[in-house]
Parts: sequence; C-alpha cells; structure tokens
Amino acid sequence: MIQPFGTATDIAAAVRSGQISASFVVDQHLGQIAQLEDEICAFNIVTVEQARSRANEIDAQIAAGEDPGPLAGVPVALKDNLCTRGIPTTCSSRILEGWKPPYDATVVELLHQAGAVIIGKTNMDEFAMGSSTENSAFRPTRNPHNLSRVPGGSSGGSAAAVAAGFTPIALGSDTGGSIRQPAALCGVVGVKPTYGRVSRYGLVAFASSLDQIGPFTKTVADAALVTDVIARPDGRDSTSISEPAQSTARVLHEGVAGLRVGVVAELCGEGIDSDVAARLQEAVAALEEAGAQIGQASVPAAIYGLSAYYLIAPAEASSNLARYDGVRYGLRVAANSSPAMNIATRSAGFGEEVKRRIMLGTYALSAGYYDAYYGKAQKVRTLIIQDFAQAWEEFDLLLSPTSPTTAFLLGERTADPMAMYMSDVCTVPVNLTGQTAMSVPYGCGDDGLPVGVQIMAPALGEPVMFRAAAVLEASL
Amino acid sequence: MAVRWLVAMGQKRITKHDCAHVAALARLQLTDKELERFSVQLGELLDHVAEVESLDIADLAPTMHPFELFTPMRLDEPGEVLDSEEVLSQAPHFENGQFRVPPVLGEAL
Repeated sequence: MIQPFGTATDIAAAVRSGQISASFVVDQHLGQIAQLEDEICAFNIVTVEQARSRANEIDAQIAAGEDPGPLAGVPVALKDNLCTRGIPTTCSSRILEGWKPPYDATVVELLHQAGAVIIGKTNMDEFAMGSSTENSAFRPTRNPHNLSRVPGGSSGGSAAAVAAGFTPIALGSDTGGSIRQPAALCGVVGVKPTYGRVSRYGLVAFASSLDQIGPFTKTVADAALVTDVIARPDGRDSTSISEPAQSTARVLHEGVAGLRVGVVAELCGEGIDSDVAARLQEAVAALEEAGAQIGQASVPAAIYGLSAYYLIAPAEASSNLARYDGVRYGLRVAANSSPAMNIATRSAGFGEEVKRRIMLGTYALSAGYYDAYYGKAQKVRTLIIQDFAQAWEEFDLLLSPTSPTTAFLLGERTADPMAMYMSDVCTVPVNLTGQTAMSVPYGCGDDGLPVGVQIMAPALGEPVMFRAAAVLEASL
Repeated sequence: MAVRWLVAMGQKRITKHDCAHVAALARLQLTDKELERFSVQLGELLDHVAEVESLDIADLAPTMHPFELFTPMRLDEPGEVLDSEEVLSQAPHFENGQFRVPPVLGEAL
C-alpha cells in the first residue's frame, strides 16, 4: 500500500514551522479515507466536522504565534473502546451502539493537549475479544495489503488505518496482543507499554490486570513520539505508575552496542511458519551486526501463557462486562421486570465470542471450579513471571516472532475458536507479566505479506526497547 | 517445542445442563443451538487449559496483578465531576435525575 503522506514527526514539524496548515493535512487524510475506506472498513465513525474544526483551531494557534505541541496538526485515529466525550464509543458492540461518553479518556486529553487532531474511531473485535476484527458486530475490517486477508485484532481497525495511510497515528489497546499482532499483520509498528505506564482511565475495561493502551505508527520514531506523549502518571487510574516516564525519543539513536539480546527458544520453534522464523533470524543478525550480544534465552513457562491467559482474561471479563445490564447506557430490551430486562438485554446485545468468553470466565470463577481453574492460572502467572525474571538476569531484551503466521484469510478461523486463540501465543506472556513489548515490521513472508518481530523488555524498559527497534528499522 | 496447546489431561465434558446453569449465573439466555455449540466448545477449551493441572505449582503464590497494588491518596478536596444530565441522557430511560428501570421485585407498576 502506498503511503502518500509524511510521518507524524514530519507533519508536526511542518505544521509548527508554518510550512503546511493543519487543515491541509486533515483534508489530505480525509481524502485518502474517502477513496479507500469502503474497501477496508477501518472506521466505525470518521469525525469529519470535528476534525476540520480542530484543524482550524491549530491553524489559529500557529497564526497567533503559539505552539500547539509535539503532535501539532497530526491526525490520530482511536480504537472505539477509548471514551470520547460526545462522540459514539461502541466497542464494536450492539450493546453500546449510540452511547456517547460524558468524558474523554486520559489519553484523548493528552493527545489533544499535544496538538493532535482526532479523525475517527476504529473498528475492533467486540470488546477487544478476538484476533482478526471479524468479531465486530458491525463488519469486518480488511487488511490493506490484501483485501482477502484479516488485519489481525483486536485493534485491527487502528492497524489497518495506519497501513492504509488514513492516519499516521492510531491508538489501540493490548490485553493479549491486540496491538502487536495486528501491527505485525498490517506491517506497521505497534507498542504495548509497561502495565500502568499509560493511564487506562476512559478505556472500556476488558481484563483490567492485563489491558494497556499503546500506539500504532508507520515508523519507530513516531511510536516514540506518541509514547512520550501518552506515558504519564494519572491520578484517575489507581494502577498508573506514579514516577514520570523516561523519554523514548531522546535515546532512539543510541544503538544496541553491548546490549544482551536473547531469542526466546520456547516461542520460536514448532508452530511458527518457516518464513516468519527466517525473518526473525535476519533481525537477530541485524542486531548482532550492530553490536548486540546475541544468545538463546529460555522462558520455559511461556508455553503455558495461552492456557493461563484464556482463564484469567475471560474471568476478569465476565466480571467487567456485568455492568452491561441495560440500566445506565446503551441498549435496553424491554421486559416486565428488571432481572428479565437484564437478561434480555445482554442476550440480544452481546455477540457470540463475547458470550463464549463470559461463559468461560463465569465457569472458571464458579463454586467448585475456582481453585482448579482460576486459582491455578494465577499460579501459572507467577511461574511465568519467575521465568522471565531469570531471563532478565542474563538479557536486556528478548526477541520472538510477533505472530506465528502472516495475515490469514477472512473466515479461515472464525469457526474454530482454538485456532483463532493460537494467533496470540507469542504475545500473551508479556501481558501476564506486565512487561513492555513492541512489534516492528521486518520484511515479508512467502505470500508477500508483512512479518513482525517482537521485542520484549523488562517493566519500564521502553527506552532500551526503542533503541533496538530503531536499529531493526534502519537495517531494512 | 513449545508453541502448542498441550494434550488434554482429562475430558472436561460440559453438558448442556451445566452450560445453561453457567449462562444463568452470567445473566445470559442462550438458544438451544447456542447451548449445544457452547457446551462442546467450552469442553474443548477446558481440555486444553487443563495442561496447567500437570504443573507442580501448589506452593506458588497466585498473581492477581502484575505489580504490587497500593491505594494512591489525594487531598480530600472536591475535584471535577461528571455532568449528571449528560450522564443520564445516555441511559435508555431516566426520570427526575434517576435511572428508570422495570420493577425489581416482580411487582408490575
């Protein structure tokens, strides 16, 4: 897919220096959306009027000699589970269709303060449950590199919007890989920051101990720029890390000389397509060439990540989604008593995958099964954390593929939940531990579709992670 | 390797009756077809996650959260609050500054 417009870094520099207007930038991207959106279906809503009026504000600031900020005039698309005051926020679910939040998410405020222009809300798997964006209650999103393929998920609309040139920046959320896997499948950069590094205030909750917001961008430098804007302490999220974040943009070009980089054996063998494995080896060679010390790392418990994840995430979801009862927001199906109304509303409003996960989570938490499933999964989580802690004694960074395969065909895995869940095998361990990780595009598979390499770092290791990402990007 | 769902440890078959019970706990009403499909799929899923049963982890402490949780404190001063009319305007039914719902205890009004 041709990328007709500049990076966020270039756009912001040009707008701040008065070379181009924010209105021009926004119209350019709206034009691209008008041309291709019917095929790609990346958006649930394009906020044309609000974007134009915001661009005018930015231009007025520039005319008055003010600096709108580091994202001056840069269009941003938001996953539709991020609350935007007065703009529908649906989570791609019928149960929230038409709901207009009474407040903005913290990340939305931060982007606004940095001079960004929100251009729309992107499609997703319903309540972020899925790996292909086919679980949207509205319509599936298509991969801009090949329209017969999925963009990945659950933040597939955000990944596709960046890949299609609709916007240089999009935000998504990552509970088990929902930023990194679609980034890999769409050939863009995707970052899952350390748990607590970005405020979750205003992110509609899926699994609260795993959810984290992060950016999609075309370049590593843009990802660093956005990460530095949104990674802030926030008193409105009790899990927010209170120390200020270290800048990632400032250290971007420090290289990897002397860094110890481990390739995670357990995430690189059987089950990974050979072309994906080959790109990973090339990435490893590029880091070695740049001076990194390469070794083989072992995180034995990582192989249990999927099992622990598919107990813990549905358990938390079954609790979080109890709030959709037809009382305070969204859909209500009429019935002659409140309990009957609750049941009728939830049964009509949730899609199949959401029901499946609520059922699984409710079962795992129910009397008689709690210790056997949920309790045990929490102990496995401890085991995974311990194994990673051991790996961090030997390595500064760890590598693996982001996804075992390139983008699969629409419809290929919808009938088989297990096959779909396998897409997350390399990404879920990091959500369970709270660490940071990102996907960087690294060449193509035999089918010509993008391959992503996952770089993992310890908690708050974003600066060193971005240094390696910049080296990989430059080596292509 | 490694990247795989481990072999089922035991057949965790879920009956349609179990499934209906869990659905009731989750405030969902499933059709007969959904019950049939979900009982098979949930059984398969539980077979796969049963791999964790083989691990010797009895002595490990459970992790509920990636990092230690604490309660951040702030000064007890009024902050910004949501506009109640704006909040209520998004509810399916509201009246006199309150959410309106059908009878809770079964008595029709």
